Amino acid sequence: MPTRSCDVIVIGAGPNGLAVAIRLAKAGRKVLILERQATERPGFAPGFTAPPLAHLSYNLDPRVEAGMNLSSHGLTWAAPVLDTTAVSSDGHHLRLSGRDLGKVDGPLSPEDRLAWAALSARLTRFASVLRPFRDMPPPRLAKGVGNDLWALAKIGLRARLMGKAEFRELLRMFLTNTYDVLNDELSDPLLKGALAFDATLGTWLGPRSPNSLLPWLDRLSGGGPRLPAGGMGALAASMRNSAMAAGVTIRSGASVGRALIEGGRATGVVLDGGEELRAPLIVSAVSPKSTLLGLVGPQALDTGLVNRIRHQKARGGAAKLHLALSGVPDFRGADLKTRLVLAPSEEHVERAFNPVKYGQVPDTPVMEVLLPSAHEAGHAPAGQHLLTAVVQYAPHNPADRDAARADMLKAALAQLEAHSPGIGGLITHAELLMPYDIETIWGLPGGNWHAGELSIEQMLFLRPLPGLSQYRTPVQGLWLASAGCHPGGGVSGTPGWNAAAAIERAGE
Amino acid sequence: MNVLTHYETPLLQSPFHARTAAANKMHSWGNWGGYASVLTYEDLAMEHAAIRNTASVYDLCPMVKYRITGPDAAAYLNRLTVRNAAKLSVGSVHYTVWCDDAGKLEDDGTLFRLGAHDYRLCCQERHLPWLLDSAFGFDVAVREETEEVAALSLQGPTSAAALSAAGFDVTALKPFRMADFPFGRGRLMISRTGFTGDLGYELWTTPDLALNLWDHIFAAGELLGIRPIGSDALNLARLETGFVITNYDFTPAQQAVREDRARSPFEMGLDWLIDWDKGQFTGRQALLAEKAKGSKWAFVGVEIDGNISAEGAVLYHDRKTEAGVVTGACWSPTLKKSIALAQVERRFLAKGNLWAEIYALRELHYAKLMQRVRVVDRPFFAPDRRRATPPGRF
Amino acid sequence: MTAWDILVIGAGHNGLVAACYLAKAGLKVCVVEKNDWIGGAAVSRELYPGFTYSNCSYVNSLFRPEIMRDLDLPKHGLQILPYEGGALMTEDGGYLGMFRDHDANRREIARHSKRDAEAYDRYARDVLRHCRFIRPMLMRTPPDPASFRPRDLAELAWLGKQMFGLSELAMMDMIRFWTMSIADYLDEYFENPAVKAYQAVGSIIGTALGPMSPGTAYVLLHHAMGDVDGNVGAWGYSRGGMGGVTKALTASLRAAGGEVITGAGVDRVLVKNGRSHGVVLANGDEVIARRVVSNMDVRRTFLKHVEETELPPEFVKRVKGFKTRGSSGKLNIALDGVPNFPALPKGAPNIKGDLHFTGTIEKMERAYDDWKSGHFSADPFQDCMIPTMIDPTMTPPGKHFMSCFVQYAPPKIEGRDWTDADRDAFRDACLNQIEAYAPGFKNLVLHVEVRTPRELEAEVGLTEGNIFQGELTFDQLLFNRPVPGYAQYRTPIRDLYLCGSSTHPGGGVMGAPGRNAAAEILRDMKLPAKDLSDAYPVL
Repeated sequence: MPTRSCDVIVIGAGPNGLAVAIRLAKAGRKVLILERQATERPGFAPGFTAPPLAHLSYNLDPRVEAGMNLSSHGLTWAAPVLDTTAVSSDGHHLRLSGRDLGKVDGPLSPEDRLAWAALSARLTRFASVLRPFRDMPPPRLAKGVGNDLWALAKIGLRARLMGKAEFRELLRMFLTNTYDVLNDELSDPLLKGALAFDATLGTWLGPRSPNSLLPWLDRLSGGGPRLPAGGMGALAASMRNSAMAAGVTIRSGASVGRALIEGGRATGVVLDGGEELRAPLIVSAVSPKSTLLGLVGPQALDTGLVNRIRHQKARGGAAKLHLALSGVPDFRGADLKTRLVLAPSEEHVERAFNPVKYGQVPDTPVMEVLLPSAHEAGHAPAGQHLLTAVVQYAPHNPADRDAARADMLKAALAQLEAHSPGIGGLITHAELLMPYDIETIWGLPGGNWHAGELSIEQMLFLRPLPGLSQYRTPVQGLWLASAGCHPGGGVSGTPGWNAAAAIERAGE
Repeated sequence: MNVLTHYETPLLQSPFHARTAAANKMHSWGNWGGYASVLTYEDLAMEHAAIRNTASVYDLCPMVKYRITGPDAAAYLNRLTVRNAAKLSVGSVHYTVWCDDAGKLEDDGTLFRLGAHDYRLCCQERHLPWLLDSAFGFDVAVREETEEVAALSLQGPTSAAALSAAGFDVTALKPFRMADFPFGRGRLMISRTGFTGDLGYELWTTPDLALNLWDHIFAAGELLGIRPIGSDALNLARLETGFVITNYDFTPAQQAVREDRARSPFEMGLDWLIDWDKGQFTGRQALLAEKAKGSKWAFVGVEIDGNISAEGAVLYHDRKTEAGVVTGACWSPTLKKSIALAQVERRFLAKGNLWAEIYALRELHYAKLMQRVRVVDRPFFAPDRRRATPPGRF
Repeated sequence: MTAWDILVIGAGHNGLVAACYLAKAGLKVCVVEKNDWIGGAAVSRELYPGFTYSNCSYVNSLFRPEIMRDLDLPKHGLQILPYEGGALMTEDGGYLGMFRDHDANRREIARHSKRDAEAYDRYARDVLRHCRFIRPMLMRTPPDPASFRPRDLAELAWLGKQMFGLSELAMMDMIRFWTMSIADYLDEYFENPAVKAYQAVGSIIGTALGPMSPGTAYVLLHHAMGDVDGNVGAWGYSRGGMGGVTKALTASLRAAGGEVITGAGVDRVLVKNGRSHGVVLANGDEVIARRVVSNMDVRRTFLKHVEETELPPEFVKRVKGFKTRGSSGKLNIALDGVPNFPALPKGAPNIKGDLHFTGTIEKMERAYDDWKSGHFSADPFQDCMIPTMIDPTMTPPGKHFMSCFVQYAPPKIEGRDWTDADRDAFRDACLNQIEAYAPGFKNLVLHVEVRTPRELEAEVGLTEGNIFQGELTFDQLLFNRPVPGYAQYRTPIRDLYLCGSSTHPGGGVMGAPGRNAAAEILRDMKLPAKDLSDAYPVL
C-alpha cells in the first residue's frame, strides 16, 4: 500500500540531506529522510570505530552551523584551529598556521616568508571576493531569469574595489595553474609541496593542470581545517540530532530503488524492498549521476540530458587510509596535534598524479595525515592510536582493483615509513579505501568526494550540468541537493541549504 | 556489394548500380548520402510523367536504414520519436519525426514494424550516435543496415498492375501496410508507401537479389510504361504532394551550426504527429513549452502567381518586410501552377499580403519579379487512387 | 642618419605585417633583422644543396586572408596550396586516414568505429560553432576589463553581445569547451582511441600541456579556426616553403616604400624620459625612429633589450612570470626518395598530408610526462609532412623534403642546457620512430637538421624555444596576453609597441598580432586606418 506520510522525502542523510531537511522542516513541512545505510560501518580494528570519509571539517557553512544550532546538539571542537605541518624527511618541518594562512614557523628563507605572506594574502583576498557565490544559486546566463543582479553586482564591485592591479591579477589567476603560481613566488620545495597538495586535495587535477588554482580558492573561502570533538562522526551526529529535534524523521536502512514518476512529475519513491512512499516533493541528496541515471532513469529524461550526465566527470583521485597503531608514531618530532602533510615538493605532487591518468598507482603518493587520538581519547583503545590519512592520487578504475589496492597500501605505508621511521612496527590493523571502495560504501560515483569533479567546467552554473544548476530537475517535484550541486563537496551543508532556499523560492 | 575502397570511389554504389548506370543516358549523377545516385536518367518531363501516368522505379538504397530490435524496442522508439510506436501494428508503417532536447527536429523518417520487437527506421541523415545514446537504459539493439538492404520505389498508377504482372498480388494491400513474398532464393517485402503522393509501393530485399528484382520488375512492367526515374523527377512529385525533405526544407538540429536554423515540429507543420499522452519522449518538455508560448516559424504550401518557379525566393510581407524563404518550388506539371514550400514567420502568416521575389535568369540577365503568394492546403495534389484498395485500374 | 617614423625589430611575419600596414599608411618604415635572412620563423632556407627547408613553421591555415588581400600578398608571390591526405599509423600496423571528401572520410572512420564515423558530423559542427565565435575576435584589440575608458567599455560590451547572441546552453558549452581538456572533450563524442588521438593532434602542437590537461580543447580551436579559401580547419603549404609568406610580405613592404636591413641585431631599445626613440644595434649604430615596434617576444624585448630601470617593477615581474616554456623540436630532413609506409594503402593520398605515429591519447600524455620531468619524450609525438609530395619547387625531382615537428622537447634537460649529445639522442628517438613505421627510411636520409628549443631560441630568438612566443593558456590569452593591463600592443614605455605572437591573439603564422599592433599605432598617430580591413563577417 502506498503511504503518504510526509510533505517531503529527502534521499540521503548526509550533511546536505540533513541541511535541506531541517530548513524545510523549520518552514513547517513534514520531512522524511531515507538513508541507505542501515547501521554504522563495522570498525576496521578491535576497539576502533570506522572513521567517516572526511576526517576534517574545511567548510562547514556558518549558515548551517547556526541554522541547525549544532552547538546545542553536541558539536564542540577538539581543534577549532588546526595548524599544518609540512613534514620533512630530515626533521626540518614547516608549521603553517591554521589561524593565519600566511604565517609559517620553521626553517624558511626570509624571501619565501615574505613572498608567502603576500601570496597568501592575495589568495585569501580573492577567495573572499568569490565567497558569496557559495551562498547563492549559480547565476544563469540569460536575461530575465531571476538572477540576483544586486548580489552579482556586489561581487563584481568588491572585485573591482580591490584595485586595478589586484582585479587584473584575479582575472589572470582565475584560470591559472597552482604550480606556476607557487613557482612564480616561492622557492622552498617543502612549502610548495604542502601548498600544492592543499590546492589539489580532493580534485582530479595535478598542480600543473590549468584551472587548478580555482578549487583551492574555493576551499580557502571556507576557512581553515577544524577537528570536531569526537571526530567528523560527531559532527554528523550533531546534525542528525538537530534534524530530529526539528521533527525530521530519519529512516535508516531504507535504500531507494527508484523515484515514482507519474505524468512527468515525481510523486514518491519505491524502496528496494518494493515499499512505496509518496510525497509531493522529493529531494535527492545523493549524487546527480545516481539520481538521474539510477532513481529517475533515462526513460523519463531527454537523451541529450542523459548524455550529459553520463559524461559528467566523476573521477575520485583520493584514497583513504586508516591505521590502528599500538603506540605513538614519531614523525621526526612533528607535532602530532597538527595536520601532517607528506608532500616533499610540488613536483612530487605532480608526479603522484601522473600514473593515475592511466589507471595506475603512484610509487610515491602524497598524503594528509591526522591522529585524532592525539587530540582526545575515545578514538582508540587506551595507549593505542588511530591514524587516518587522505592519500593522493589513487586510480578510480584500475584494471585490477585488488592489486591496485594492495600496491597503493604498500606505497602509502612506504611513504609513512620514510617520514616516520618505525611506524610500520606499530601498525596492528590497516584499511585502505580506494575510490571504488568509497563509491561502494558511500555511493559517490567514481569515489569522487564532490559527487562529480570540482573543476571549472563543472563549477558554478555548469554544476552539476549546464541547464541543471538551479537544484531543479526536469522532473517536476524532484530536486537535487547533493555535493554534486553548486558549490560542491566537503562537509559544508551548503548545497543542501541553497537547495532548500531554491525550493522555498519556487514555492514548491 | 561495394568492393572498391573509399579512396578509389568516394561515392558508394548501390546494389542496382549496374542497371542504373546503364540506364543513366545523361551520366547525370548526384551524391545522396554518400551514394552515387541518378539525378535524371534521360528526360525529366518524361520521368515525371511516368510517376503520374504509368509506373516509375526509383533506387532507394542510399536512404539510411536502422534496425531496432529487442524487448524494449517499442518503448525505445516511443522515447526517441514523437509518435506512438507501440500503437503501430506489426506489418504497418508510419511517418514520424524525432527531436533533440530543445524540441528541434533531428530528422523525419518512416518506421516499419517488422515484428513485435523488430523495427526498421528509414531516414535521410545519419544518426547512429544519437540512436545509440538514446538506447542507454533500454534493452534494445540498434544497428545501421543501409548496405544490407536493397530497395526500389515503384510509384505510379500502373504500379499495382506491374507488381501483379510480376507475380506479387498486392490488391489487398492497404496504404502503410506491408506484405511479404518469396523471391528467388530469398524474400521480397512490399510496403504500400512512397514519396510521390500517388499509388505506389516500396520493394525491399537483400543486395544479392537486387539485379534480379530490377530485371523482373522491368520485364513485368514493360507493357505498363515502366521507366527508371532520377531524383529530379521525384523531387517534382514530392513537391506536388507537399512532402518535406530534411536538409532541403529544414536544417536538422544536430547539423545546424547556426542555432537559429533548427526548427521544431510546430514550425514545420508536423506537430500533428506528436502523441502527448504516451509519456516521455526527448524534447517533450521543450515542445510543451513551445505549445504554450507559440512558435516563431510556420511551414506552408503556397501557390505563386505566374509561371516561373520560385526556387530560392525570399518571401516578403507587403512587398517590403522579409517574412520567410521558399525551401522548395517548381512549376507543377500536374497542377499547372507554380507551387512552393516555404518557411514563414508566423506573425506575417497571420497578416497575409505575402509576396515572392523571384529572380529569373534569362540569357544572362535576371528578370526580377514580385509575385503574389497564396497559402494553400497541402497536399497540393492528392489523387484518390493513392488510397484506393484494391487499386483501381490505373 | 635617417630618422624613421617606424622602426620594427625583427623581420618575422608579424613584424613585416605591421611594417607593411604602416608603410602603406605613408610612414617611413624600417625593419631591422638580426639574421642575415628575412623571415623569423616563417622561412625557406637551403640548408642542403638543392633542398629548400621550411625549417621552422611548416604549414599554413591561420594567416588571415584579410591581410593577404590588404597587402596584396598573392601578387607579391604568395601561393597557398591546399593539401590532401594525412594518416595516423598505429602500433598494430594499421592506420586511420584522413580524406578531404566527407563521405570517404566517414567510411574511413567507419572502418574503426561506425559510431564515430557518424559522430564526426556533430563534432565538426560544434568545433565550427566555436570557430565562428572566436574568429571575429582575432582582429580586434582586447579590451582592458579593469578600465573605464569608453573604448574598453564598448569593446567589453561587444564581447558580451557576442556571448549573449548565443543561447544559454550554447554559451555554457562554449565555456566548457574553452576550459576542458581535449581528452575529456573528445570522450563526449568518440569511442575509438585512434580517432581520438588524431583529433587531439591540434590540441598539443606547440603546447606545454598534454592532451589530458584542462585548456587543451582551446588549443585545438586555435589550430582549427583558420582556413584555406573558406574551408575552415583546412591547412595548406606555402609554395616554395613557409618563407613564401615573409618573402611576399617583404616585397609588399618594399613596394610600399619600406626597408628591411638584415644582419642588424638590436642591442637595446633607446629610452629617454619613458619614451623610446630608436635602438642601438649590436654594431653600436644608433637608429633613430619616432616609434619602435618589437616583433620579439615580450620576455626577450623587456628582459634583454630594455633597461630594467625604465620599467615598473610589477611589469617586470609579470614579464618574468610570462610562460614561454618550449615544448617542441623539429627535424628537417632531406630524403633521397619517398619513404615507404607499409601501413598506408597504395594509391591513396594519405602520404601527401600529416603523418603521425601516436595511436592513443595516453601515449601523447606519457610523452608530456617526460617533458614535465625535464626530458624529451622517449616515444615522441611527431607531426610529419612531406610538402614536396605536392610542391615541386623545393627539391630536385624524385627527392623530398620532410618536416617532422616533435613533441615534447623541454627548454632544458633536467635543469641544464641541451648538449649536442642530447640533441643527437633526440634526433635518434625521432628517426627510429619513423623507421619503425617506414622500414628503410633511414637509408633515404641525406641530411637532417635538428632543432631543439635551444636552436629555436638561438637562431629565431624565441625565448625558451616556445613557438607561440608564449604559452596559449587562458591566463595568457586575450586581455592577459602578454601582461594584464598591457594587452593592447602598447607597453609601459611610450612609443614602444609589441607586435609579435606574445600579444593577442597569439601564435601560429597568423599575422593578426602585427595587423592589430599597426592599427593601434595608427590610432596613436591619429592616422586613418584606411588600408586595414576588418575581419570578414561570419555569416
